[in-house]
Amino acid sequence: MSTNLLTLEGVHTHIGAYHILHGVDLVVPRGELTMLLGRNGAGKTTTLRTIMGLWSASQGRISLGAEDITALNTPAIAQKNIAYVPENMGIFSDLTVKENMLLAARSAKNAAQMDEARLQWIFKLFPAVEKFWNHPAGKLSGGQKQMLAVSRAMVEPRDLLIIDEPSKGLAPAIIQNMIDAFQQLKASGVTILLVEQNIHFAQQLGDTVAVMDNGRVVHAGRMQALAEDKALQQSLLGLAL
Amino acid sequence: MKFLEDIDTRPLLLVPVLALLAWPLIGSGSTWLTLTVAGLAMGMIIFIMASGLTLVFGLMDVLNFGHGLFIALGAFVATSVLGAMGDWTGSGTWWHNMVAVLPAMLIAMAVAAAVGLAFERFIVRPVYGQHLKQILITMGGMIIGEELIKVIWGPQQIALPLPEAMRGAVLWGDAAIEKYRLLAVAVGLAVFVAQMWVLGRTKVGLLIRAGVQDREMVESLGYRIRRLFVGVFVAGSALAGLGGVMWGLYQQNVVPQMGAQVNVLIFIVIIIGGLGSTGGALIGALMVGLMANYTGFLAPKLALFSNIALMAGVLLWRPQGVYPVANR
Amino acid sequence: MLIVTLLGLAFAPFLFPGVKALSVAAKVLIFVVLVAGFDLLLGYTGIVSFAHTMFFGIGAYGIAISSNTWGPTWGALATGFALSLVLTLLLSLAIGLFSLRVRAIFFAMITLAVAAAFQTLASQLSDFTGGEDGLSFKLPELLLPSTEFSEAPFLGVSLDGRLLCYYLLFVLALGLLLSLLRIVNSPFGRVLQAIRENEFRAEAIGYRVVVYRTLSSVLSALYACVAGAMLALWLRYNGPDTSLSFEIMMDVLLIVVIGGMGTIYGAAIGAVLFLLAQSYLQDLLRLASEAASAWPVLAALLSPDRWLLWLGLLFVLSVYYFPTGVVGRLRSRAALTSLSSQARSKDVA
Repeated sequence: MSTNLLTLEGVHTHIGAYHILHGVDLVVPRGELTMLLGRNGAGKTTTLRTIMGLWSASQGRISLGAEDITALNTPAIAQKNIAYVPENMGIFSDLTVKENMLLAARSAKNAAQMDEARLQWIFKLFPAVEKFWNHPAGKLSGGQKQMLAVSRAMVEPRDLLIIDEPSKGLAPAIIQNMIDAFQQLKASGVTILLVEQNIHFAQQLGDTVAVMDNGRVVHAGRMQALAEDKALQQSLLGLAL
Repeated sequence: MKFLEDIDTRPLLLVPVLALLAWPLIGSGSTWLTLTVAGLAMGMIIFIMASGLTLVFGLMDVLNFGHGLFIALGAFVATSVLGAMGDWTGSGTWWHNMVAVLPAMLIAMAVAAAVGLAFERFIVRPVYGQHLKQILITMGGMIIGEELIKVIWGPQQIALPLPEAMRGAVLWGDAAIEKYRLLAVAVGLAVFVAQMWVLGRTKVGLLIRAGVQDREMVESLGYRIRRLFVGVFVAGSALAGLGGVMWGLYQQNVVPQMGAQVNVLIFIVIIIGGLGSTGGALIGALMVGLMANYTGFLAPKLALFSNIALMAGVLLWRPQGVYPVANR
Repeated sequence: MLIVTLLGLAFAPFLFPGVKALSVAAKVLIFVVLVAGFDLLLGYTGIVSFAHTMFFGIGAYGIAISSNTWGPTWGALATGFALSLVLTLLLSLAIGLFSLRVRAIFFAMITLAVAAAFQTLASQLSDFTGGEDGLSFKLPELLLPSTEFSEAPFLGVSLDGRLLCYYLLFVLALGLLLSLLRIVNSPFGRVLQAIRENEFRAEAIGYRVVVYRTLSSVLSALYACVAGAMLALWLRYNGPDTSLSFEIMMDVLLIVVIGGMGTIYGAAIGAVLFLLAQSYLQDLLRLASEAASAWPVLAALLSPDRWLLWLGLLFVLSVYYFPTGVVGRLRSRAALTSLSSQARSKDVA
């Protein structure tokens, strides 16, 4: 088993006439939480979408373990035991919380077949999910929707979680819930690729870090190292962690 | 399913309100009852035909202007099947008739489904995501289909008489209510309930409802929504076929152009209902059916216009239809 | 190719003797105007509207009803024509503004419904419109076939009112086509294309999309109206099927797709090709059907009554394989040849 679960080599992405990713090289080590940082417009979301096949890479290679997944379509990629939480959360507002969760639980034919133990784990971390179980997901507040989105990624065991800004706009108290959730996920051995802008969040959780700018990865290394180097932080992100 | 407070109840009132408004205009209670049942029956048949189309549009954003073809096909197949089973349809007993009618319905649905499969593969699939081409090509497909119907069954109209036991009316006070219309209402309700059950209680239904809202996310969750779409398209075509059989029996004759004729009505219905909403399609269909019958009685020349006025009215209230499907 | 068409149409009565050929030529002229107007809406502004034939019908009925009611004088016709233009203006304005409240898909379906309703209305208001049977009417003396301008035929063609009528249509068609070309090549036309490409950006730059769309909608309708008037003048008859039928809408769509969307020339070339095919395809099919009489199924498929089947197939195929239409193909070929000749001249230099 290679140490890297996900590898991107020289990935370019064009959207229409716009050249967004200019050769992204990224490695996501197995069992670790990799933070993808960068300013707005650096290409973080585009990278995630390209990995998931929602946008096609015009050049380069994306590998999951030893397998080349560059040309696969989105359902095929997701079926490789990957959970994706997009920036807009992707919550189905007309469906109930329960139905949202059921959809994410691919192997369950109905609600009763969902793993009870995992559900209890999720309820403990995110009580709102249990509270609004039978309510339409559209009635949830923004923060609660984000919690639901992450819960969906947890409802079945996955090898890789790809998450885009889960803490955006969340109140500080709720952010702590999120951090707990991710720490528990990490402890369970899941590999995580996380895009974040919240520095506090990033510092607490990240093992590996990659920083993007202008469609390229301009720095990659250990989070520890970056956290200690204020000058590097300043130049990469324009502010201190 | 949902809590009552979450269901948008105002549109549900549209149908009874329309019916009640017509009462004073019509005058006699028994005439009103006859017309209302006729309207509901017609509406139910239209619903059967329209429900497939609205899901196809809602789920895959495909505009099938050729939906009328499956309706016509179903009706014509029924003429052949029922024609061949003359002794069963001639009998005066209910269940004898059903022995003829049920197979007619099933065969019509099967034929429509098969054609639907081919239609999706060869006509619709190549023009994914291009609305203009979809409009043009599906219309072209319908024309080809219509002509092929003329080749197989001939270009003239064919009578489709009701089987013996289904003719006639039941008397309720002064009102004469045709038996066939009651059957239509029953079948329509059954189809509606079946659809709601599949949509609400099965995982496939869940996928469809989710896919109508956010196709990308459903794929990101690992479901091959393409296959689901083909299934929905075929099911929609089959339902159109069933609707065709019932519509043919309602009119008691079929013409090759009937597909194109009904197309317009169906579009009005799904626009009123909101593209992608089954409940909306039911409301739209019932309203159109009632409207057609009321104006047919009160001011026959205005019939088609009245439906357009209805559509315009609903759109002014809710520009996306009665139950628009969220996040697109 | 365009020049050939132009000359062909200009001298049609002399080049192609016979009643049928002249009829086809006249139809071509009418359809050129009708389709070119539609191309303005579809090809340049990107709006699909099935109400186009409705305005065609209004124009035709305008002439028909006025001639019937007030007698075949120029004054009557002019009044009828003016009234039909006004009605077209008002209706297209209403439809154009309504389109803003709803999405494009809705709009297409709604125009379909409205056009269908209008057709039903026309056949139902029989006192006014002659109902299903339509109206036959007379034209002013000058245009009647019986009016002869000279005793002897000129180059084998008799100089009668019919000929004059044809040339009247020719002048009108040419004038309208040129005016349309002027419009699409003007700043207005370019804004329309900008809106078609990216509405949001056009609005952001400062163009009021509403105004442009409505204007395009109204203009296109007016052209259809005039085409309708031309039709009525030529046929001296109008009925719901003649000008309001869905078949005509399909024909327009076919021509615009085959000829090439977004190129006004496409309407001209497409109309010629299409009408030639339509008129002579049936004869062709008849021959083929007779040849295949041994196999009944094949014969039935090839029957001249089923010409629409083959046209439909052609239509579907051209939407796939000919998205830019004939004009598009010719233009890209021309572009390629000029590029290669440029390259060659560069080599030499």
